[in-house]
Amino acid sequence: MADRRYTKSHEWLTVEGKNVTVGITDFAQAQLGDVVFLELPAPGRKLSAGETFGVVESVKAASDLYSPIGGRITAVNEKLKEHPELINSDPYGDGWILKLELTGELPGDLLDEAAYKKVAEA
Amino acid sequence: MTGSAARRTPLYGRHVALGGRLVDFGGWELPQQYTSIREEHLAVRKVAALFDISHMGRFRVTGHDTFDFLQRLVTNDLARIAKGHAQYNLFCNEEGGVIDDLVVYWGEDAFFVVVNASNRERDLGWMREHAPSTVEIEDRTFELSLVAFQGPRAEELLPAIGLSDIPYFGFRDGEVAGIKTMISRTGYTGEDGFEVFVDSASVGDLWDSVLEAGRPAGVLPAGLGARDATRLEAALRLYGSDMDETVNPYEAGLGWTVKLDKGDFVGRDALAKVREDGPRRTLIGLRTEPGSIARHGAAVIARGRRAGVVTSGTHSFFLGYPIALAMVEVPSFRVGDKVAVEVRGREAPAEVVKLPFYRGSARSASAASKS
Repeated sequence: MADRRYTKSHEWLTVEGKNVTVGITDFAQAQLGDVVFLELPAPGRKLSAGETFGVVESVKAASDLYSPIGGRITAVNEKLKEHPELINSDPYGDGWILKLELTGELPGDLLDEAAYKKVAEA
Repeated sequence: MTGSAARRTPLYGRHVALGGRLVDFGGWELPQQYTSIREEHLAVRKVAALFDISHMGRFRVTGHDTFDFLQRLVTNDLARIAKGHAQYNLFCNEEGGVIDDLVVYWGEDAFFVVVNASNRERDLGWMREHAPSTVEIEDRTFELSLVAFQGPRAEELLPAIGLSDIPYFGFRDGEVAGIKTMISRTGYTGEDGFEVFVDSASVGDLWDSVLEAGRPAGVLPAGLGARDATRLEAALRLYGSDMDETVNPYEAGLGWTVKLDKGDFVGRDALAKVREDGPRRTLIGLRTEPGSIARHGAAVIARGRRAGVVTSGTHSFFLGYPIALAMVEVPSFRVGDKVAVEVRGREAPAEVVKLPFYRGSARSASAASKS
């Protein structure tokens, strides 16, 4: 398993070669509360780093989702349609959101776990 | 609220120990949820759950003119109840706008008035302003705690005896888990259940005992998230969201609490005129598609124009779809009409549905008012 990296906007990603898996962090899901719905794009769409690709709706609020990298969507977690609560119960596992094929390089501003912890605790 | 720090109820330590996610509500630091709004919400609907509602304002009113004083301040008719019974009520201003919604309890040697946390000081001022010198109003919010035990199995699972003798909106002194309390068959979830008044010194023990006794059956502590979702399913109005001083009771769908024939009371003339002319707005229920939660303030659009505004909205885990209350212009809509609501900057389809969205095990408030 590749190391997990993070963004300031509370997404996580793992990178294996060109294949990148994206989700939202445990801190993000705890802040959102019970997730009831996700609005997600279709596979094939190209995203640039920082682009809004969807919405996660919890009981409390709707929040935009941002792509941490530039790339093409290769898969969307279909399980989330029926079971959005996977975002809460297993944010780093079954609650993954997108798989992307990386275009170009990884952005330079991704955070490691220690750096992200500081962002989350701020 | 003002800039001062949020207040804490005597159960604050329990909320922290239970992992409650604390938020500011009406100037009080209270749990939004302990584990999950979904689980807590379903516990209320299927078993029973325990809420700390000690943030609500509680006043003890005494003096032999108390009945006449309260009768002149509230819209409902206190002569329709007797000692040992409570009544849902409103304070209105002279223009007929709703100052607060509240419950009046007619006790053996005092009346109790329970009001919304965010209005406690306003209500206390309003009451004192109107009270004759023979009436004494005591703020008991801090010495007396209040918890709600709500759910279809509440009577079976609350560790107390003789609960079946307490009618809907009735109350009496009694022991819960061996602790002296006042037990009232009232609530804010649409389910059967009890609100228990207890000395703040004993509320921690009571809380622990009720949870421990109910745990094998699935009783959970529940936070503000489950409280809001269940009250909304039951279409119980939330002051500050669904109504305020710019809204009159007829617009809020609470005309049944206004008894124009009971004699004079504050706001009566204005309300009689609204009744005669008919309200210009009305509160309706909306159902939207999964994922389209219409939030407070969202526009309601019909026939290409803005027809009103959403006052409360949430996802109902119990019903499986989002629901909302909306204040719309009159002539209003019929059940089954299709409208649109603003969700995340776009128009989403919505259907006008009957209120309440869900009728739980509590007997209906309107039935009690007619008794």
